Amino acid sequence: MVLELCSVSVEDISWGRKTILDGTALLVHREGLLAAAKGNDHRITSVKAFIARPGESVRILPVKDVIEPRVKVEGKGGMFPGLISGVETVGTGRTHALRGCAVVTAGQVVGVQEGLIDMSGPGAHYSPFSRTLNIVLAVNVKYGTSPHEHEEALRLAGLRAAVYLGEAGRNAKPVDVERFEVRSPFTPKRGNADLPGIVYVYMLLSQGLLHDTYLYGQNATSLLPTLIMGTEIMDGAIVSGNCVSACDKNTTYHHQNNPVVRELFKRDGIDLRFLGTVVGNCNVTLPAKLRAAQYGVKLVEFLCADGAVITKEGFGNPDADAMMYCAGLEQMGIRTVMITDEFAGVDGASQSLADTTPRADAVVSTGNANERILLPPMEKVIGDMRVIERMAGGQSGSISQEGITVELQAILGATNELGFEFLSAREE
Amino acid sequence: MKVVHYLNQFFGQIGAEDKAGIEPVVKTGPVGPGVLFQELLGSEAEITATIVCGDNYFAEHIDKATEKILAMITDYHPDLVLAGPAFNAGRYGIACGAICAAVVSRLGVPAITGMFAENPGVESFRKTVYIVATRGTTAGMRDGALKMARLALKLAKGQPIGPPGEEGYLPRGLRKNYFAPETGASRAVTMLLKKLKGEPFLTEYPMPVFDRVVPLPPVERMSEVTLALITSGGIVPKGNPDRVEASSATKYGKYDISALQRLTAESHETAHGGYDPTYANEDPNRVLPLDVARDLEREGIIGRLYPYYYATVGNGTSVARAGQFAREIATELIADGVRAVIITST
Repeated sequence: MVLELCSVSVEDISWGRKTILDGTALLVHREGLLAAAKGNDHRITSVKAFIARPGESVRILPVKDVIEPRVKVEGKGGMFPGLISGVETVGTGRTHALRGCAVVTAGQVVGVQEGLIDMSGPGAHYSPFSRTLNIVLAVNVKYGTSPHEHEEALRLAGLRAAVYLGEAGRNAKPVDVERFEVRSPFTPKRGNADLPGIVYVYMLLSQGLLHDTYLYGQNATSLLPTLIMGTEIMDGAIVSGNCVSACDKNTTYHHQNNPVVRELFKRDGIDLRFLGTVVGNCNVTLPAKLRAAQYGVKLVEFLCADGAVITKEGFGNPDADAMMYCAGLEQMGIRTVMITDEFAGVDGASQSLADTTPRADAVVSTGNANERILLPPMEKVIGDMRVIERMAGGQSGSISQEGITVELQAILGATNELGFEFLSAREE
Repeated sequence: MKVVHYLNQFFGQIGAEDKAGIEPVVKTGPVGPGVLFQELLGSEAEITATIVCGDNYFAEHIDKATEKILAMITDYHPDLVLAGPAFNAGRYGIACGAICAAVVSRLGVPAITGMFAENPGVESFRKTVYIVATRGTTAGMRDGALKMARLALKLAKGQPIGPPGEEGYLPRGLRKNYFAPETGASRAVTMLLKKLKGEPFLTEYPMPVFDRVVPLPPVERMSEVTLALITSGGIVPKGNPDRVEASSATKYGKYDISALQRLTAESHETAHGGYDPTYANEDPNRVLPLDVARDLEREGIIGRLYPYYYATVGNGTSVARAGQFAREIATELIADGVRAVIITST
């Protein structure tokens, strides 16, 4: 299985009379985009679109999801299988990704778990989406739409918009081609059998009740851990439906660009053998957690892994799932590294996790999400500023003359647990 | 800048163990190791006074001695306070830590001390005071004083302080963010390969040791007991009057339910930002089971329901903060004769 993920460079974005890529400038026909985003969804009453560029004095909140616009130019399947295209297996052929830009769904909020993106100032150091040219969609739904219907409407509108924009890159000449190749774990390439075999354990936050992730359109909540090819992940097989704290929410963009998968592909055959990925969910009951962890550990063992990288989404409840995977794998003699963020309190003096195992002796920290930051006022706010006081990471009195004081928790992607960012925490 | 230095009776050149009972005294200028410190601090700082106190006197009158010494320090209006180093001397270490902590918190003046890692003063004060790592004996005086002087000047000038390994102080147990040179994903794969090869690697978060609470024996004669309800599921009176945060709660609420038989969608809601609020808002009894608690009261299975409930939000709330809430709430409940509690979480 070979996927060529091609970067089509987007360096500027503006409204135009039709949606085309002119060199590295993306022109967007606003009405066409709005119509695509709305689709035939009768729950959506209105959609507005804005452009937010890096360096601008713009704050976007509340943000639900971020998606990278892409188009399938060769090979089976389409974008976001099971939700937008059919359910045909993806992960082969060629896909063009519009690098440097993103679709951001914002506006009317589903829960209080969404986040913010600052396009400049100190907050811009913490979100990868402060560095992308963003097409922001503010979506409104019919009064009385249930939160679950509301979430679905927003999710699908964002995906449709990304597909619409991605189409502009169909005939573009890529500036870079990443070649990802999956080999059967049972037939090691000649000459590298001595390299350690690594499996990626990819926990998808999926507890139901607005904490959902979709695999080929199926909610992972009801999933038993299963195998997935790294190429499928990089080709949009996993979509976020999560309404969780912003700092460690894995948006669809993060899934499309999973940094662990990318890293393991990069080093495959050089200093490791990338044997495969086990996706699992994180449910809320103890039997469901035990079932998933034991089933997942068995799959990793079946792949004859020497080691595994475990990643998370969210905090608190999922800490328990991560510890079960870690302890279970280490018990089988499979060495692990776990990536997690921390909730060590505003002063950093508290213990950081809700669960623990002495076997977790190799942990990568992506930062203390409780640490506070003052974000100065921005000239333009896309969305609704007042929600900050109710947002996870904000609090009553967050807004002052100097700006807003929030925990990093409120910034989208700040402490991403796929290891997307450079942020870490250490003891001082 | 002006500096005040604290020493015990031995380093303060008053005497050995037989003088450990002396009360604090002030001497002008540097004394004993203070001479070395003055040399290391250079012309930027002047040790204007040295305060000397016996180790036993301090240990036996901690509060009184701290007050006295703080008053003496205040008289000199210092920009910086140095204490010790205390090496592995336990009583001296506690005194140095306590004085520095008081100076920092009450005078707002930077203070620094030095100790051997196993000095009992380290565990008590490392979170509030910079303690430079020294050797166990006075053989480490010059090296310890050098690191103390360097860090002290940085602190006094308000310069940013680097990590413990770089600056030479003992880790304070505080988690601080920084930007690493590689992404988390890249660090994870590198760490795993080192672990597999048996090469040394450094975990970025050593696992904490959790408190384990031994359950009490079951409650006897429930029918005579006052029962209270507590929740971390964020159920608050409609409108969230105390503004309990959706995440990382800094407070909890105490709410009167003496006149209520059950909660309703009109009377209560959840402030919690970590779970889907739809079903809790529809029927708040799902998270705070007042309805069934009233049934139990009516049926005589419990003696009486406590007229208040306590609520906070467990979402991302630090363990240290939750522990503080628990101690405060438990004190009130015990004082009011509550013998059993049902705690619901989400």
